[in-house]
Amino acid sequence: MSAPVLPTTDPAPSPAARRDAAEPARRPRGQRGGRRRRTVLTYVLLGILGAFFLFPLVFMFVSSLKPDAQILQDLSSWRAFLPIGDVSLGNYDKIFDRVPVWRFLANSVIVTVVTVVAGLFVNSLAGFALSRLTWRGRGLVLGFVLATLVVPFETIAVPMVYWVSKLPTLGLENGVLVYDFGWLNSYKVQIVPFVANAFSIFLFTQYFSTIPRSIDEAARIDGASWFTIYRRIAMPLSGPAIATVAILSFLAAWNQYLWPLMVVQQEQLRPVMVGMQYFFQLNTAWGEVMAYTSLITIPVLLVFLVFQRQFIASVAASGVKG
Amino acid sequence: MSHTLTRPAVAEAPARPRRSRATRRERGVGLSMVAPAVILLLLFLVVPALLGLGLSFTNARLISPEAPRFVGLDNFVRAFTSDPTFVASVRNTVVFALFIVPFQAGLGLVLAILVNQKIRGATAFRVIFFAPVVTSIVVVSVLWKFLYQKEGLVNAAIDWVTFGAWSGADWLNNPSTALGAIIVLSIWQAVGFHMLIWLSGLQTISEELYEAARMDGAGLWRQFTAVTWPGLRSTRVFVLIQITIAALSLFVQVDVMTQGGPMNSTTTLVYHAVRQGFRNQETGYGSALSLIFFAAVILVTLLQAYLTRNKESER
Repeated sequence: MSAPVLPTTDPAPSPAARRDAAEPARRPRGQRGGRRRRTVLTYVLLGILGAFFLFPLVFMFVSSLKPDAQILQDLSSWRAFLPIGDVSLGNYDKIFDRVPVWRFLANSVIVTVVTVVAGLFVNSLAGFALSRLTWRGRGLVLGFVLATLVVPFETIAVPMVYWVSKLPTLGLENGVLVYDFGWLNSYKVQIVPFVANAFSIFLFTQYFSTIPRSIDEAARIDGASWFTIYRRIAMPLSGPAIATVAILSFLAAWNQYLWPLMVVQQEQLRPVMVGMQYFFQLNTAWGEVMAYTSLITIPVLLVFLVFQRQFIASVAASGVKG
Repeated sequence: MSHTLTRPAVAEAPARPRRSRATRRERGVGLSMVAPAVILLLLFLVVPALLGLGLSFTNARLISPEAPRFVGLDNFVRAFTSDPTFVASVRNTVVFALFIVPFQAGLGLVLAILVNQKIRGATAFRVIFFAPVVTSIVVVSVLWKFLYQKEGLVNAAIDWVTFGAWSGADWLNNPSTALGAIIVLSIWQAVGFHMLIWLSGLQTISEELYEAARMDGAGLWRQFTAVTWPGLRSTRVFVLIQITIAALSLFVQVDVMTQGGPMNSTTTLVYHAVRQGFRNQETGYGSALSLIFFAAVILVTLLQAYLTRNKESER
């Protein structure tokens, strides 16, 4: 469902990721006994911690298959983690009656795909100009981009709502161009503010500057325009950077919550995370809640499991600036 | 053209105008390539930030027929003198950060060291510890809200582990446990992210240093204090600052799980700003609260700059 947002070309695993491939402990000499005891201890620790990190997710998926009565009955035993007893897909059927699930999913896919694709283009283009072209004012622009990194979205959320509610908007009505004010309740208000991203520009700038400049010179002599160099040389060589930016912006866009909650009141334009609100009533039907949360989490977890190397490399890359 | 003749290197003369023309063209191309990003950043980051600064000195409301009126420092005075919820928000935010920073950073480092060993299955554990990070915080909050119920799984587990000696609490509905409950789930959700940052720091430390330490008879703890800890100096600053800023921004967990309650025991700066600025439509006051939050973030960022500079001069 959300697969198209990821780059179609599989980026080569970074050296760090390749080193990840677990190897059996093969140490030459030393106190073997102590080492083996240490390994056992490590596994015990990892096992306990692993269970702590997995249990809520396992519980969520398992509970989504059980009716409320069964969930409550199983709560105090190991049965809570096993799909046994009264198990069915009934909750999944019911959530489709309660909210327009397909509509919410489609909205999230639209917003996520457009944000990621537009963001890849806009930010890589800026990164290219900032790393490979020499022009006066470049340092100033780079400084500006880096300065915007310190502004967390939460600090501007309140004035931003005020701001987008005043922005002009154009439209066609019966073939006549009309304009109005206010960006609230639209796809664009969920997409446009998040296309440009200082951190993505920074990552592209860093990555592009590692490609040898002699390639540009050769291409220039052959008469290639800068845009051609960007499109035919720089981008095809930047798989890992593209994957990093795509993954980080995919997660950010799919998990949007605060912003759509504030600016999208119309049900038919809301994304999946906001759809969650519809499930909390006086007597919350937890089985249905678990089915809905499972449904909107499974696509992300699947993408994550398939691309886990790239995910891990992405996050590692987001820490390099430290 | 005549000025080129005065230059000593005559051979450069023909090249110079050509290069400047090329440079001028390169500038045009460069500007047009950064333009979309820069315009978007200006429109959706700089303008709202400046607008927020301006609005914080007004009585602006989100939907109001009247134009915003300048009220000076009224909003800030109100926050610090006559808004008990604001005071509670600041206190909760600070408490949250004080607990989250050491525990999340510490557990992240422990996990990183564990999965950095050359053992079978290390990658699988990295994936497991990272899975909550890709799970939306909204989903995570809903899920834990269920786990934390009086008759929920957390209490069932406590009951089981302590053989019934202790039966837990109604975590989210008790003012003395609600914030603690949010702290635990926040650590669970984000620690995998910081584990990976620590891990990339660990992998920059040369294996030879460990070999040398072992040769000198250093045990595991000594290897950690003499090699690992100093080797992680810059990673440490980055992780601590990242966690601090994320902790100061706490919002979703509170919004989904407790709405600031019970008795303001979980309200935070960002939650209060959004509640006042958006839900109660008081844009001016909400902007002022956001500005106070931003000042805190800037302070932390400056601290990072200071700590990083300190490191370089020490070297």
